[in-house]
Amino acid sequence: MSAAADRASGERERRRRRPTPLISEVGQAELEPHSSAAAVAPSVPPSVPRSSAAVTPSVPPSVPPSVPPRLRPVPSGPGAVPAGAGRSAGRKSGRPAEAGPVGPPGSFAVLDGGSQPAGPDGPDLVEAGEAIAALLARLASSSLGPDWDTRAAEMLAFLRRRLTGQYEVDDFGYDADLAQHVLLALGRPLYRSWFRVEVRGVTNVPAEGGALVVANHSGTLPLDAFMTQLAVHDEHPEHRLLRPLGADLLFQTPFLGEVARKGGSTLACNEDAERLLARGEVVGVWPEGFKGLGKPFVERYKLQRFGRGGFVSAALRTGVPIVPAAIVGAEEIYPMIGNLKTLARLLGLPYLPVTPLFPWLGVLGLVPLPSKWVIEFAEPIPTHDLPDGAAEDPMLVFDLTDRVRETIQHTLYSLLMARRSVFF
Amino acid sequence: MARVVLVTGVSRDLGGRFARILQAEPTVERVIGIDVIPPTLDLGRTEFVRADIRNPVIARVMSQADVDTVVHMNVIATPLSAGGRASMKEINVIGTMQLLAACQKSPTVSKLVVKSSTTVYGTSSRDPAMFTEDMSARRLPSGGFAKDSVEVEGYVRGFARRRPDVTLTMLRFANVVGPQLRTALTDFLAMPVVPTPLGFDPRLQFVHADDALEAIRLATVAEHPGTFNVAGDGVVTLSQALRRAGRLALPVPRSLGAWVGQAVRRAGVADFSPEQLDLLTFGRVVDTTLMRTSLGFDPKFTTAGALEDFLQARRGATVLHPERVEQVERVLSGAFAAAAGRSRVG
Repeated sequence: MSAAADRASGERERRRRRPTPLISEVGQAELEPHSSAAAVAPSVPPSVPRSSAAVTPSVPPSVPPSVPPRLRPVPSGPGAVPAGAGRSAGRKSGRPAEAGPVGPPGSFAVLDGGSQPAGPDGPDLVEAGEAIAALLARLASSSLGPDWDTRAAEMLAFLRRRLTGQYEVDDFGYDADLAQHVLLALGRPLYRSWFRVEVRGVTNVPAEGGALVVANHSGTLPLDAFMTQLAVHDEHPEHRLLRPLGADLLFQTPFLGEVARKGGSTLACNEDAERLLARGEVVGVWPEGFKGLGKPFVERYKLQRFGRGGFVSAALRTGVPIVPAAIVGAEEIYPMIGNLKTLARLLGLPYLPVTPLFPWLGVLGLVPLPSKWVIEFAEPIPTHDLPDGAAEDPMLVFDLTDRVRETIQHTLYSLLMARRSVFF
Repeated sequence: MARVVLVTGVSRDLGGRFARILQAEPTVERVIGIDVIPPTLDLGRTEFVRADIRNPVIARVMSQADVDTVVHMNVIATPLSAGGRASMKEINVIGTMQLLAACQKSPTVSKLVVKSSTTVYGTSSRDPAMFTEDMSARRLPSGGFAKDSVEVEGYVRGFARRRPDVTLTMLRFANVVGPQLRTALTDFLAMPVVPTPLGFDPRLQFVHADDALEAIRLATVAEHPGTFNVAGDGVVTLSQALRRAGRLALPVPRSLGAWVGQAVRRAGVADFSPEQLDLLTFGRVVDTTLMRTSLGFDPKFTTAGALEDFLQARRGATVLHPERVEQVERVLSGAFAAAAGRSRVG
């Protein structure tokens, strides 16, 4: 209550200080398009004005003198049903008329839209909004820096898009709006300050058209896939988006699967790989899968078997180049010194790691060690010059798989030779 | 060429509307509609025969009228409207078998159009992002409408082998939505607070009822043998659909999903079936390249457009109105801009 009073008095004071320009500006913009429905705004019962509840009671029912007369709430009566009210179907359709005389004048509901298609809000919403806005503005200007108003407006637009669903999701579930504004941004501190990822040869990823990036997999949790995605996105001159292919276990897991799809991943299967490559996307695969991800620390940087070579045939069928990539540093983030196999089987997981920090430190044990990472993209291996039907030739597929594997292993060794320390 | 067309399931919304569309076709002389219950819509010049396709009456109807085209739209998705799951299964599977038996005996039938569903692809975490017509389910549906659809398709394929002279068009529709149409999914989306599986956000695909009818019409009046996925372009995720609708999502752990689904069904809010839960967890999207290239059909509504058209008619339960959100944004950003202007000037 005291907070509400505080805010209310602050608001009153602020209104004294600077009464006019904003109210009339915004109010006008608000009222014009919907003026026909203006009559009912005050008649909405005071239901759930979440953000405004604290402010509303303190606002004097009379309109402040500074507000232009046409913003005055029009007295509502039982007859004052807007033309738009007919639009609202269903059980609430009778409400505006019944509720007409009951609601106290000047009350409003920000969130109530069911029976009031976009009613305008009289001066109150503007004032309440302004009070909140002033508060937010003070917060924003101190935390966002000099450009704060543009950035705050961008954030607001983002929030509005998220709340109303006005964003696009591609056929695979990639949510560009969320990925660009949130997911990648969340990974950047990890990428820049924690792992200090150094990227080499990123232009080996072609500037346009499909390509298949093949990399080694390690680190217990697939952070290497995420970091590679950031590397290609942030360091490549064309800011290309890497579409990682993930195991079905990922898409079975609550939250992880959802976030992975929204971040551009899809299931590691030939159909999806070929569809993405045919659309000219950069696809990332980690053919070692769980064998690589969950291998013990003593076997670090030793490439495991490369699946069945499905990724090579996908590249052959679509004629895109294969870009081998070596990731150094990911092995040391969670050094896996033990594996709780029985418990893992009970939980349906491929492995349950024991690291120097996990599970001893609980959630804290999930903090990765700050190893220094290097991601090197090697020369691409072209596939478009191979004869048609090369994908159906198992010998050729095996040879190519080996070649990719060898390239990654050699790049790993040379990077390790040049490495001064795990952490620097 | 379709001259005398037999349509099953005309007492249901889509079937009745299809019969009316068909009778406006210049080449179609007679439309015979069959259903167990009397039609609710005015069927116009469609001759209605009240017969159960589960019994052999249908063969007599076919031979008397010299039916040359059969449009099978009587695979029911909602157990409540069929009078229970057992009766639904009987109508779907035994009904289809009887109909196909009658078709096989009829010397005049030259075309069969079957309204099927993309539920035949099942739904699981191992699904590819998009199913093409030649793919099969990674995990076969275990019950309900999806299983019926798989069985119906099996019998239809068997029929096609025995009567290769009959042109067969099988249309697999994504979830059909429309302003008037009521399905389990539309009832579900029409709730003000919608339970969703916690930690999952499936991709959904819709086809508008008008587009669905147009696709069936196209398959009926012209020769388009084959199996086609029919869906609007693009996808929406469940959370996105709910946000666009202004509904509140209530995430529920998946293990409690069956229980919540049952509660919803008991309450009579939506005819929620267990296979629905899988769809709402993993979603399903199909590839519609063949629909465009071979069927030559170009839907008027995208997935998002079909959803929007449906929502326009069912705005009632909106909790968080999109226009309100926009308004708040305008007020706030206006205030921010003013405050920034003030601080710069000052």
